[in-house]
Amino acid sequence: MSRFQALTGNDAVATAMRQINPDVMAAYPITPQTSTVQKFADFVSDGLVDTEFVCVESEHSAMSACVGASVSGARVMTATSANGLALMWEIVYIAASTRCPIVMSLVNRALSAPINIHCDHSDVMGIRDSGWIIFFSENGQEAYDNIIQAIRIGEHPDVLLPVAVCQDGFITGHGMERVEIYDDADVKDFVGKYRPQWSLLDLEHPKTYGPLDFYDYYYEHKRQQIEAMENAQDVILEVAAEFNHKFKRNYALFESYRLEDAEVAVIIVNSAAGTTKAVVDKLRDEGLKVGLLKPRLFRPFPAKELVDALSHLKAIAVMDRSVSFGAMNNAGPLFLELVAALATHGVQMPVADYVYGLGGRDILPREIEQVYRQALKTAETGQVERMVTYLSVRE
Amino acid sequence: MTQLKGWRDIPIGGMILEAGNAVEYLTGGWRAFRPLFGEAACIHCMQCWLFCPDSSILVDVENEKMIGFDLEYCKGCGICASVCPVNAKVIRKGGEELERDDPRLCILMVEEGKFGEEDSE
Ligand code: SF4
Ligand code: SF4
Repeated sequence: MSRFQALTGNDAVATAMRQINPDVMAAYPITPQTSTVQKFADFVSDGLVDTEFVCVESEHSAMSACVGASVSGARVMTATSANGLALMWEIVYIAASTRCPIVMSLVNRALSAPINIHCDHSDVMGIRDSGWIIFFSENGQEAYDNIIQAIRIGEHPDVLLPVAVCQDGFITGHGMERVEIYDDADVKDFVGKYRPQWSLLDLEHPKTYGPLDFYDYYYEHKRQQIEAMENAQDVILEVAAEFNHKFKRNYALFESYRLEDAEVAVIIVNSAAGTTKAVVDKLRDEGLKVGLLKPRLFRPFPAKELVDALSHLKAIAVMDRSVSFGAMNNAGPLFLELVAALATHGVQMPVADYVYGLGGRDILPREIEQVYRQALKTAETGQVERMVTYLSVRE
Repeated sequence: MTQLKGWRDIPIGGMILEAGNAVEYLTGGWRAFRPLFGEAACIHCMQCWLFCPDSSILVDVENEKMIGFDLEYCKGCGICASVCPVNAKVIRKGGEELERDDPRLCILMVEEGKFGEEDSE
């Protein structure tokens, strides 16, 4: 039987980790992830898991230990935030290209400098080309559910890629919510056992991981990673279908909220999507045809499916919690990817970008309301007045 | 030259599934400097054999003798010359800086293509 518990998002993820009972966990503390691994360390010392818990001296070592454990055939998990992820960066790429299905809880926080411990998405956007599968989660429940699914997705023989599951630092990571925790046995049954095909510890079949690879084969190995990314989307949908059936959920590549008959929509990930839904309800009460699309999966980017879900709209506002400095109009990554998707699928539509919430700056319902009103105006005129707006920054 | 395989036909992640297949890779092609025996006599201490990263020191196992360099794999790193105790002795006795291609050494390192006919065999 599942039960409802009052948990922070971090504790919900730690609970998923306890239920998954990975072979190895290697992590280094960093705000606002710390309480996840702290809670998990309790589970280790209380004997509730069999995990080999490796306390390392840095995140670079944490990810290195994860790669080593993963190639040895272990089921491996870790957690980090912001500068911790930045310090892992070299090995983040190695984890993906060595095809290690490591699952990482990434509690989003702004990258330094100036130093800041609060939420934005600059950390995860730094690894968007690294070969990791990337999920976003609106709340503790989604973070918990995504972590459980991530195990199955990463380890699928057609995929074998690491998976990062994001949630917003402090906002949901430390915010306490009602989370449905499934029965331990059901989660255990869902994730199953990891059966690595090429364990380094299989001494009957000696093998080498991480050798040199020149111009003769490196490119072919990259091509294989592309294939794995292409396979991932179907696997994600298969795993979601099974998960939805077993645990009575409704996961897909993204969530649509009052989108079907909408004329304009906001596209936004993680916790602020929850705030945006409340704004949608308010504006709907006024009779305005507004909706929301909340991407769950960011890598691989489900371009065609997104375009299909959005093509009936008259205007779109993307909300980005990070900036791609120096990119077209200094826009955010979500916007850049989405306009590219629309354009390449032949959909002509006015799209504006709203950068918000950098370094944990609050985003208020009235500001989101303004974004919708601006989008409704754009829908009428067909003209985007300003391509990129930096919401609530002081002049 | 072996036929290069396509991406569908090679193990993922750069894995090598055959143990010991490094013998197929002739690293001797990378060499810019070649190790050669010099005038100082080898004492067969096997330090060079121990340190050579490419297993390129040839040894007569029965007679416990160091007998030369396997130039198909030797990549010319010069580690053998650095660790050779006879080299150290020659340098110390001479009391002067010696070039690494000085013929008075036990193992010297000579730029590829810069040695005489008799050496280049
Ligand atoms: S030069 Fe380097 S590779 Fe060649 S024999 Fe000496 S130690 Fe070995
Ligand atoms: S280190 Fe020098 S003395 Fe010792 S075996 Fe090698 S060449 Fe001979």
